[in-house]
Amino acid sequence: MPDDVLLSVRDLHTWFELRRWGFVRVGFVRAVDGITFDLRRGEALAVVGESGCGKSTLAKTILGLHLPTRGEIVFDGRTVQSQENLRWFHSRVGYVQQDPYGALAPFMNVQRILEEPLVINGMADRDARVRRIRGVLEEVKLTPVDDFLPRYPHMLSGGQQQRLVVARAAILEPQLIIADEPVSMLDASVRVEILQLLRGLQERYGLSLIYITHDLSTVRHFCERVFVMYGGMIIEQAPVANLLQNPRHPYTQALLAAIPDPDPENATRFREVPPGEPPSLLHPPSGCRFHPRCPAFMPGTCDVNIPTNFEPSAGHRVACWLYDESRQVAAKAPPRP
Amino acid sequence: MSKTLLELRRYPSAVAGLAIIGLLVGISMYTVIAIPYHDAIRLWRGGEQLWLENPRNARPVWMNLLPGVNLPRTLVVSSASAPRHEEPVGGGVRRITMSLPFDFSSRGFPQELAIFFDAAFATAAPHVTVGWRRPDGSVIRLTELAVESKGIYRISSDQHLQQELGGRPEVMLFADPSAPQQPLRGRYELVLDGFLFEEGSRLEARLIVYGQVHGLAGTDHQRRDLMIALLWGTPIAMAFGLLAAVGTSVSTLVIAAIGVWYGRWIDGLIQRVTEVNLILPGLPILIMIGTLYSRSIWVILGLVIILGVFGGIKGNRALFLQIKEAPYIEAARAYGAGNLRVVLRYMLPRVIPVLVPSFVTAIPSFVFLEATLAVLGLGDPAVPTWGKVLEDAYRSGALFVGYYYWVLEPAALLMVSGLGFTMLGFALDRVVNPRLREV
Repeated sequence: MPDDVLLSVRDLHTWFELRRWGFVRVGFVRAVDGITFDLRRGEALAVVGESGCGKSTLAKTILGLHLPTRGEIVFDGRTVQSQENLRWFHSRVGYVQQDPYGALAPFMNVQRILEEPLVINGMADRDARVRRIRGVLEEVKLTPVDDFLPRYPHMLSGGQQQRLVVARAAILEPQLIIADEPVSMLDASVRVEILQLLRGLQERYGLSLIYITHDLSTVRHFCERVFVMYGGMIIEQAPVANLLQNPRHPYTQALLAAIPDPDPENATRFREVPPGEPPSLLHPPSGCRFHPRCPAFMPGTCDVNIPTNFEPSAGHRVACWLYDESRQVAAKAPPRP
Repeated sequence: MSKTLLELRRYPSAVAGLAIIGLLVGISMYTVIAIPYHDAIRLWRGGEQLWLENPRNARPVWMNLLPGVNLPRTLVVSSASAPRHEEPVGGGVRRITMSLPFDFSSRGFPQELAIFFDAAFATAAPHVTVGWRRPDGSVIRLTELAVESKGIYRISSDQHLQQELGGRPEVMLFADPSAPQQPLRGRYELVLDGFLFEEGSRLEARLIVYGQVHGLAGTDHQRRDLMIALLWGTPIAMAFGLLAAVGTSVSTLVIAAIGVWYGRWIDGLIQRVTEVNLILPGLPILIMIGTLYSRSIWVILGLVIILGVFGGIKGNRALFLQIKEAPYIEAARAYGAGNLRVVLRYMLPRVIPVLVPSFVTAIPSFVFLEATLAVLGLGDPAVPTWGKVLEDAYRSGALFVGYYYWVLEPAALLMVSGLGFTMLGFALDRVVNPRLREV
């Protein structure tokens, strides 16, 4: 593994067993179904996809909150598997959740909330803890610090709560922060603030970032690379500019077309949204999981075989049979909207 | 916590409840200090010997405060302070005359009459004639007897006298001839006229006119002062209720949290045990153990806790299942919090405020349970409790005979303590569950 890779995920599967009467196995919900990627040190990575595509499960599996069914997670050269390694790993990642109020224990004040990770990870010296807490609160601009230390989460605004969550994620000086929809529950006015805060932390400390969102519009200025997830799989991965300007997968194209554009013309223009619903993860469609909704569906191919990754341009990979050069069908790619 | 207390002041029921609980705790502390446990046990189990001078089944003294009620209290007249006359008649024999006067002004007849003698002699017992002088001057000769050293002459139980008088002595001796339903009021006198046959002989007597009221609580069928049982019942009831409530709620909470957090077979096992426990009849089991094994209050307490532990698990489990999925717990796991820390530091603090009201309201239910067992005859025989007073009353048919005080006193204490905890519990419920608040 190259030295500049911080996190390496290999063939990761997270399947949840469904049982009836407690012992009859009905099947598996394939929330994460074979994901492989490398995250470089200092890199910001966005994972986009609609609700139910498995992106949060991916984050939680990486964090060790779900046990992977199969596959391997290597962090900084160590396989995160044993209890011991998991402890070590937990002291090196930060986690920012979607709902800031739910993410904070309502019965702990700010100081206690920030102290918990330090106590758990063995910072015994009280003074050192307080110094670190003050440092991180200043970093997220919850100042004056003394005003905030004794407050409880319900006394903070939504933006302040989320900054506190970011502070908690940063307090262990992690090498990686995983942010799972960090702004989707916030007012538009504070979204940028939080994103800039995360970006600032990432640039200042050179940490890596996995930014999970369903909103492609926030990705542009924030990340270097984008993964598009659909039905538990990564279907397209590319540098951010590349993906936004030249989406290859029909699903990505549809996603991009769905970004609202403040243009009065839009009100009258018909928008082509892929029909149908997100795929069932319990009984996923055969072949390409997008084929029932795909405008470029090729019977006999897409519904039979799961597409492998093709690389139409350098660093831009897409799992779609349209780009299978051996078939010479790339020309049939639908026009971009 | 201090905020909760401040907020409680806004609820009159909470203030009243706290006042009642404070009063009960005050009574408990006073009792434990003023009547040490061993004294209480000795007094309660002492039997009639200890309580000879108490009337049987006397009503509480404050009954006299009711309009139209004027029942006699117990009068004790001792010869030590009464006028006496001794004169030698020769041969070492002395004639002794004593008169024991007392004023009787009540509208009710006394309950019983008895004379307690204290005589000292070697072989020849003193011999006395007992006379009764009424306010109207008439004198009735009661009996003639040789006094034993600690002899008791129960005037009320003297069959001869009863035949002579044509009615119960304690009534006939007091009845107004013109209105036999009323006692004659005024100065009565017990006249003892007798002989001491030896040089060193000595004779003292005490007349006890048993009243119909006694003490603040009255007495029971064994002449015991009910106050002892009512006072000592308070700390016992409080301690039993509190220990049982703490024991069941804390263990229920911890078991439910562990089951939910670890899930899988642990949760399954706890669920099955809970369901089995649900169909176990608690009271019959308690009765069975009380009958066959032990009636010790500690055994009963332990049993109540064991049976109660699995009672509240379903409700707590529902709470915990919700909390388990809370994002803040996910976050805690992501920064490395271990299982035990998550359960104790992240899950329990979340539910405790919600469960405090039900904990408070559970206390009186255990107090009632203990009283129920006592009424069924399964109370700890060693300790005086409210339930045991009720049991005695029940067995003596107190309500049929009209001894209402005997039943109402312990029942009122039970109700008041239940009321205190319930009012506090309801107010607490409003404070911690704001949705219940009045708008």
